[in-house]
Amino acid sequence: MDLLYARAQMGMSLAFHIVFAAAGIALPLLMVLSDLKARRTGDADYVALSRKLAKGTAILFAVGAVSGTVLSFELGLLWPEFMGTYGEVIGLPFSLEGTAFFTEAVFLGIYLYGRERIPSGLHLFSGVMVALSGAASAFFVTLVNAFMNHPAGFTPTPGGPVNVDPVAAMFSPGWQYQVVHTLLACYQSSAFVMAGIHAFVLLRHPGATFHRKALSIALPMACITALLQPLAGHQQAEHIAREQPAKLAAAEGLFETQRGAPLTVGGLPDEESRTTRYGLEIPRGLSLLAFADPNAEVRGLDQFPRDEWPPVLKVHLAFQLMVGTGSLMALLAVVTLFLRWRHKAWPEGRRMLWGWLLCGPLGVVAMEAGWLVTEWGRQPWIIRGVMRTADAVTPVPNLAVPFWTFTLAYLFLGAMVVFLLVRQVAGTLPGNEEPREVSHAH
Amino acid sequence: MPTELFLGGALVTAFVLYALFGGADFGGGVWDLLASGPRKAEQRALISKAIGPVWEVNHVWLIIGVVILFSAFPRAFAVLSVALHVPLTLLLLGIVFRGTAFTFRAYDARGDRVQRRWGVVFSVASVLSPALLGMCVGAVVSGDIRVRGTVVESGFFAGWLSPFALAVGLLALCLFAFLAAVYLLAETREPALQEDFRERALGAGVAVFLAAFGVLALAREGAPRVWAGLTDSPFALTLHAATAVAAVAAFGLLLTRRFWLARMAAAAQVGLIVVGWAVSQYPYLVVPDLTLQRTAAPESTLRALLVALAVGAALIFPSLLFLLRVFQSSPRGASR
Repeated sequence: MDLLYARAQMGMSLAFHIVFAAAGIALPLLMVLSDLKARRTGDADYVALSRKLAKGTAILFAVGAVSGTVLSFELGLLWPEFMGTYGEVIGLPFSLEGTAFFTEAVFLGIYLYGRERIPSGLHLFSGVMVALSGAASAFFVTLVNAFMNHPAGFTPTPGGPVNVDPVAAMFSPGWQYQVVHTLLACYQSSAFVMAGIHAFVLLRHPGATFHRKALSIALPMACITALLQPLAGHQQAEHIAREQPAKLAAAEGLFETQRGAPLTVGGLPDEESRTTRYGLEIPRGLSLLAFADPNAEVRGLDQFPRDEWPPVLKVHLAFQLMVGTGSLMALLAVVTLFLRWRHKAWPEGRRMLWGWLLCGPLGVVAMEAGWLVTEWGRQPWIIRGVMRTADAVTPVPNLAVPFWTFTLAYLFLGAMVVFLLVRQVAGTLPGNEEPREVSHAH
Repeated sequence: MPTELFLGGALVTAFVLYALFGGADFGGGVWDLLASGPRKAEQRALISKAIGPVWEVNHVWLIIGVVILFSAFPRAFAVLSVALHVPLTLLLLGIVFRGTAFTFRAYDARGDRVQRRWGVVFSVASVLSPALLGMCVGAVVSGDIRVRGTVVESGFFAGWLSPFALAVGLLALCLFAFLAAVYLLAETREPALQEDFRERALGAGVAVFLAAFGVLALAREGAPRVWAGLTDSPFALTLHAATAVAAVAAFGLLLTRRFWLARMAAAAQVGLIVVGWAVSQYPYLVVPDLTLQRTAAPESTLRALLVALAVGAALIFPSLLFLLRVFQSSPRGASR
């Protein structure tokens, strides 16, 4: 029971943190882009937009910073055996992430509070540094997860790791696929949320120029990431097919090893009867996608001992959700870019705005689902093939108490953040605008 | 010098910097709670102006410390996480509510009542967190956390609820409040406001003295091994002498209204106390079962970490100086 609570607490803390961490990476870039646009055009709306985005970044970064602190402690509070034994193997990317986080906090402080105190070039530079260090910290933290999926850089013995090579552990096989996939997800989720918000305002207040410009900042990032993400996801899947076959088998609900394996769309895997029912099967699709060969053999769950199976139903559903939402977003991006090309302007028709509004949350959904695929798909291992999650958990009893406490705290904080962001957006509605500070002429 | 000593030094440095910067932030929250008199609102405004740009940075020192601990001394991190699970969890809740309440207060400007409500959350969390931090330190040095092999045998309440640990918690709270009051003095040029914080600094200074005395009195019973470390080695005695000099100097400078120098002396005092704590428990990371040497990661990891820390320091310190240059009032301007 305590193992479940420990996993639930870690999962809940990460699910919460990921949203804010992603925003802390993507919003600074959007903020710098609007800043650049403001400098080029001298347009007051872009100045106001970059200020709004800076405020949003400040709120989201603060929550991300404290929930990240919680996670760094929870590694030990919930998984002392994991950190006590393998901290020495995987500490290096964590310490580099600490550095990146530090520079992000420094330059965010300068960017937020320094606008009137430092020359505008230096101010913009601070914004760029925030965006860069945010990306760097996501980079390093994803390396840790890649290591847990594919441990490297040490020799496991019953007494713990020997021959430790921290650099080899940091760049474990396949790190590049996971890093690219994760970074894209951060930019994609935030850009889609931003596009959704401004599409919502434009539906109610057509012609609100501030929001049209905001949409024109969000859409390029949303479209580019939505189109690149399926490619990055495909590369990641190919790597998983080769190196983590149990995860792929669970994601696809593939119980039996077979040549020319079909791709299952939808469907409900049942671990008892070892079948996946109600799915749409595309013949040879999986072999083709995973190994670029319609007759390739794909290993099924039957190749693994029953007690090493990931929770098949959960992994499969999360995977379907990720792929489904990802495809929808890619489709929307294609339509948007087509209209952009035809009309030489970002589309503003009501139907497109509805599309962007409805797809606004999908980036976050896909990101959470993808993260669940990688985490559930690795079970029952905390470090695949080396240490079981059950062996890593803390001996502290009554873990239900911290779990519920943090859950309630995070629910409350999440509601507050949404409330504050709504108020920030409400301040930009036509007729509601806050008095604008005079912008610097360029 | 063996590599693990360098990393032990880095760990102490991170804690010193956390005390000097993060500690002062906590102290700011204490004075927010205790704001009073005709200039109540101005006092709070000054605190929030001083903390605003830097609180997230100040807070990162804690994360740096934790990361060094779990990368370089993973066994000690695991043991502390088990033995101090309860106070560390409470500390985390304090940190979460403190940070978010501070930010929400800044961006939720709907009126005094809402602002004040966030202010209460912020300041209460600012009082509880340093006390819990101090209690954890007290537990670590008390010798009550017992480990056999890698298993914590002393349970989940050992050490941190003892009178000694509570006294250390109180000392941490007083120290941070003292530090914050002295820092804030040099942040304003308003004579009346300076007078407010000068009174507070002097009061907190007296409280620090009393709390330190209490800790010392309880240490012989509550932390025998560290008591021996505190009193026996000539190096430790030199450190204590230096701490005493800094403390007296800080007091004298406050009395003579040389605020910028007082700030330096107070920072030296707090830094020396943290270093004194570290030296007195050396070579133990968790007294009396885990030493620095026994819990150290393999040499290959320690070397890689040193390189990472050097690269990190080369990035962090210049940008930190830049931040402080942008936001700190100049020494000459402020001390007048």
